[in-house]
Amino acid sequence: MPVLVPTSLDQAVSMLSATPDALVLAGGTDAMVEVNAGHRKPHHVLVVNRVAELRSWTFDPEASTVRIGSAVTYAELMEPPIADLVPALAEASRTVGSPQIRHAGTLGGNLGTCSPAGDGLPVLAALDAIVHLASATGERSMPIGEFMVGVKRNARRPDELITAVTVPVVSGYQGYSKVGVRNAMVIALATACIVVDTPGRTVRLAIGSVGTTIIRCTDAEAFAASAVDFDSGTASGDTVTRFGELAAAASRPIDDHRATADYRRHAIGVMAGRLLRRGFANV
Amino acid sequence: MSDPTVPDPTVPEPTGSVGFDELYQLNVNGETRDVRDAWVGESLLYVLRERLGLMGSKGACEQGECGSCSVMVDGELVCSCLVMAASAIDQPIVTIEGVAPIGSPSDVQQAFVDAGAVQCGFCTPGLIMATHALLERSAEPSEFEIREELSGNVCRCTGYGRIIEAVQRVSVSRRADAESGIAS
Ligand SMILES: Cc1cc2nc3c(=O)[nH]c(=O)nc-3n(C[C@H](O)[C@H](O)[C@H](O)COP(=O)(O)OP(=O)(O)OC[C@H]3O[C@@H](n4cnc5c(N)ncnc54)[C@H](O)[C@@H]3O)c2cc1C
Ligand code: FES
Ligand code: FES
Repeated sequence: MPVLVPTSLDQAVSMLSATPDALVLAGGTDAMVEVNAGHRKPHHVLVVNRVAELRSWTFDPEASTVRIGSAVTYAELMEPPIADLVPALAEASRTVGSPQIRHAGTLGGNLGTCSPAGDGLPVLAALDAIVHLASATGERSMPIGEFMVGVKRNARRPDELITAVTVPVVSGYQGYSKVGVRNAMVIALATACIVVDTPGRTVRLAIGSVGTTIIRCTDAEAFAASAVDFDSGTASGDTVTRFGELAAAASRPIDDHRATADYRRHAIGVMAGRLLRRGFANV
Repeated sequence: MSDPTVPDPTVPEPTGSVGFDELYQLNVNGETRDVRDAWVGESLLYVLRERLGLMGSKGACEQGECGSCSVMVDGELVCSCLVMAASAIDQPIVTIEGVAPIGSPSDVQQAFVDAGAVQCGFCTPGLIMATHALLERSAEPSEFEIREELSGNVCRCTGYGRIIEAVQRVSVSRRADAESGIAS
């Protein structure tokens, strides 16, 4: 039975345990590129994007969290009401590929591929998302920082499916910024996501495409928490400059055929400063 | 609260599967079509063109970059080169051949001709699919919206100006038809 199209999670995990070599296929926007190029020749395919539990998201008002099924597409993440609950994820989704890619591509696929240039990942990192996995033998959950292990490597076992992520609904500005050679259809050269938690008095910053995996800029975060004025929603020009410098210092970029390390580091500084400026008015 | 656009999980559907040498069926342009002797990894683009003889969808990059293979699967505009054909069992597929009968073009097709938005024509089927999808969702898109919504379709001939004009012409004429009470 080479192509399996389950519609429930129970079916899906038991099929995967019966055929552990199956290619797990969601939107196919990463996997089919490899299949078309002959880099991947699957004998078995497990199609997960018709599994009802993975196709939906739910808001828990008591916990103030959103649980997003792994097969929810970027196009769906861009639509209210979820776009209003997790605005940075909607912004990041809009930068992915093209409408065709956003209709098929899923957040779970971004996690599965785990490229440092994945546009969903800096948002999940800045939100301290929890990743949920399930297999025929049980479920487990882990922080996004533990799930992402390295370049295109994650902590998923072959018998597991990524089922969902849980993110908090945060009160405060959040935004996503991406640099590439054009606006559409571009692999990021550098990305940044800011999440301001106004009641919690924290600023979180995650950067992508500038290291083996997504980096949280803890020095910049600690500095911002003490330097911005949460009550008036303002920050000084010096604070913005310093925040950008600390973010750039946290990056670990490399030179490659798409950009130099220097360019990427510079871009991180500019984007971090701009994002802080969008969240806090100038004083 | 949950997203109303996703299928109701309480309605059970049978699990589908397609075997090695099995025949499987795809629902293309309202017809059930048999696919025989296919390898599991074949893309929908390949199956449409090479196995079902539907040559309207074009293949260029086979990596989702150019949009010339755009079709609708289950109501969504996607690149058929990135859809594994066997994964689309039981889902309605609409290709350029299903947009309008030969000889009586859709308003979008006619507008592309009238505006001079077709040169070599290689990108055109994908752009027609994308334009129908765009106008379905947004009847009067701004130029910015048109550019963003068509950003997954690459044209190497026209420079896009006439394509955008064609989209705007359809939008204007559909509104005029609606205002004068003519059903389109
Ligand atoms: C033209 C083009 C442009 C693109 N632009 C961007 C961009 O701008 N930004 C960006 O971030 N990405 C981009 N991508 C990459 C891709 O669209 C994303 O990474 C997307 O999130 C992949 O999701 P998918 O559902 O299509 O994954 P698939 O291709 O179906 O799967 C990707 C990987 O994840 C695994 N997987 C998927 N779902 C699960 C699951 N539930 N459990 C376990 N494993 C799973 C698969 O086995 C596979 O290894 C682009 C791709 C193309 C072709
Ligand atoms: S052939 Fe599918 S996008 Fe180019
Ligand atoms: S008309 Fe030639 S590619 Fe568009």
